[in-house]
Amino acid sequence: MHESAANIFINALLANNFVLAMFLGLCPFLGVSGKLETAFPMGVATTFVMLVASLCAFGLNLLLTAFQLEFLRLISYIVIIASSVQLVEMVLKKYSPALFRALGIYLPLITTNCAVLGVALFQTAREYDFVQSMAFSFGGGAGFTLALVLMASVRERLQLSDVPSVAQGTALSLMLAGILSLAFMGFAGIGG
Amino acid sequence: MNSEAILPQTTPAAAMIRTLGLLSAICGLIIVAAYQLTYDAVQENKRIAVERAVFKVIPAAKSIVEYSALPTGDVEIIGAGGATPPGALKFYAGYDEAGRLAGIAAEGAAKGYADTVRILFAYDLATSSIPAFSVVAMRETPGIGDKILVDKDFLASFPLEAKLSADLKALANAIVTVKHGSKTKPWEVDAISGATITSRAVGKAINDAAQALLPRVAPNLDKLKEKS
Amino acid sequence: MSQQAGKMSARNWDELMEGIWRQNPVFVMVLGMCPVLAVTVSGVNALSMGLATAFVLVCSCGLVSLLRKLIPKEVRIATYIVIIATFVTVVDYVIQAVSLALYDALGAFIQLIVVNCIILGRAEAHASKNPPMAAMTNALGMGVGFTIGLLALGTVREILGAGSLFGVSLFGADFQPWVIMVLPPGGFFVLGTWLLFFAALERRKQRKLAEATQNA
Repeated sequence: MHESAANIFINALLANNFVLAMFLGLCPFLGVSGKLETAFPMGVATTFVMLVASLCAFGLNLLLTAFQLEFLRLISYIVIIASSVQLVEMVLKKYSPALFRALGIYLPLITTNCAVLGVALFQTAREYDFVQSMAFSFGGGAGFTLALVLMASVRERLQLSDVPSVAQGTALSLMLAGILSLAFMGFAGIGG
Repeated sequence: MNSEAILPQTTPAAAMIRTLGLLSAICGLIIVAAYQLTYDAVQENKRIAVERAVFKVIPAAKSIVEYSALPTGDVEIIGAGGATPPGALKFYAGYDEAGRLAGIAAEGAAKGYADTVRILFAYDLATSSIPAFSVVAMRETPGIGDKILVDKDFLASFPLEAKLSADLKALANAIVTVKHGSKTKPWEVDAISGATITSRAVGKAINDAAQALLPRVAPNLDKLKEKS
Repeated sequence: MSQQAGKMSARNWDELMEGIWRQNPVFVMVLGMCPVLAVTVSGVNALSMGLATAFVLVCSCGLVSLLRKLIPKEVRIATYIVIIATFVTVVDYVIQAVSLALYDALGAFIQLIVVNCIILGRAEAHASKNPPMAAMTNALGMGVGFTIGLLALGTVREILGAGSLFGVSLFGADFQPWVIMVLPPGGFFVLGTWLLFFAALERRKQRKLAEATQNA
């Protein structure tokens, strides 16, 4: 397909937002979006892992196709992702221990974030080339961060509002997510 | 600090390697077994799906031969289970009972509203037109995007004219989707009002694929005419 | 002897019910959300996804439990993931062999079963510490609970958004489908509503309990 990298980026960021349109990365989206100060770093960390994973997946795919070992694709992707997360953890621990502690358990959980594996799988299925893959993963990560930050901002405000106790918690977050998703549907067609 | 603090028991390296080796062997075996056992069924399913799609767009066809159009301008038959050579484009030649060419079909894809829209379109070499298309895979909005399957005005855009330019390097007129009700030329696709994005995806998919494939196919008409 | 067998089957039943009701992965633990919302646009898709996940759950937990004494604890998470990925690959090929149409409908979410937190969670919390039979029963319960959750969403979204149930048209041709229900926002809204419903039920139960203890 001949989509331009810019189109792919804008699409992944807005019209086909990973969280609000493609339903990827929901667990951290519902779990970490309580406070703005943890939401943003989480988004950035996930974006970084997505970029690394996308890069590795692209290379891996070339290798696997060359040797006709496509059935090992899933296993090799997930192993690469787990390793990338370990790498990010080690780097963060060394260079930014405060951030490492702030993210806590959510950092290793990036491994099970559907968005990361989703990036690798989708770019393979859509047969993107290298530049397209990079644009896709960067846009996806940025979109994930955007959704997370939006959600966190609204939830922080909601803590001061009078919400019926039945709806508090995850039910409210889901309704919020639904409204955000509805809003993002307005971006349809923006990427050409 | 108590230097005699009890260290957590770590697994010796040999045991780890042995276990991981055993695990890799088990998992590898399971995957390969599953792949081998399902291979035939999967290939058969794919073949049936292709056949059904091609027969739908080339109604006169009774048998199909897979071809690949090479970058050199040649066409060659893809053997059973064979792969398309790099840079080549795959297309299907449909033959009627008498072994005469009824038409060729090829896949095209473009970004729709939700995800990629994959279509299969037919090309009639005699009239240089695209008489029909069918949807291979799409994830468009039900009730909106999927109108491309049933909308009368949209479907009435076909057959589309797909003549090659004088130098046979591209289509004389690019196939383009125009606003609903403003179709004037035989190579324009009338978009569905309210489903513009999906309509445009179909137009773009056909255009991109036709621009790339038809210049390679046209010079090989003699080779394709009779079923070899 | 029969008393022991009775106790065992009671414990097995308990293991099963835990996943179906008390610790339902969709409504109580709110785990593995990605496929829940993405795939539940129809009853058939929901059911297939549920069965596929249940299969991976049971097989993975079974294998993890079988090897639990051998897996070194330093690399246990990576090991669990590799085991889960193996069975997901198996399911991937099986679905392709059964129905390409279903495979296209479920799309990438079949392979995304690998990162479904439920499976990793069960392997870590339960299968690594229990014998195979118990591990697999518990996994089966979780799988069934997950399927029920998926079906609860899938059926509602299909009925409202397409006017059919498992492909059988319910309201005839003149029904104007509530299309938003089969689009992403609809998924969020329907799940949110289910959670609201369960929260309300829970609150009523608590209130009745409080009243009962007051009156006693």
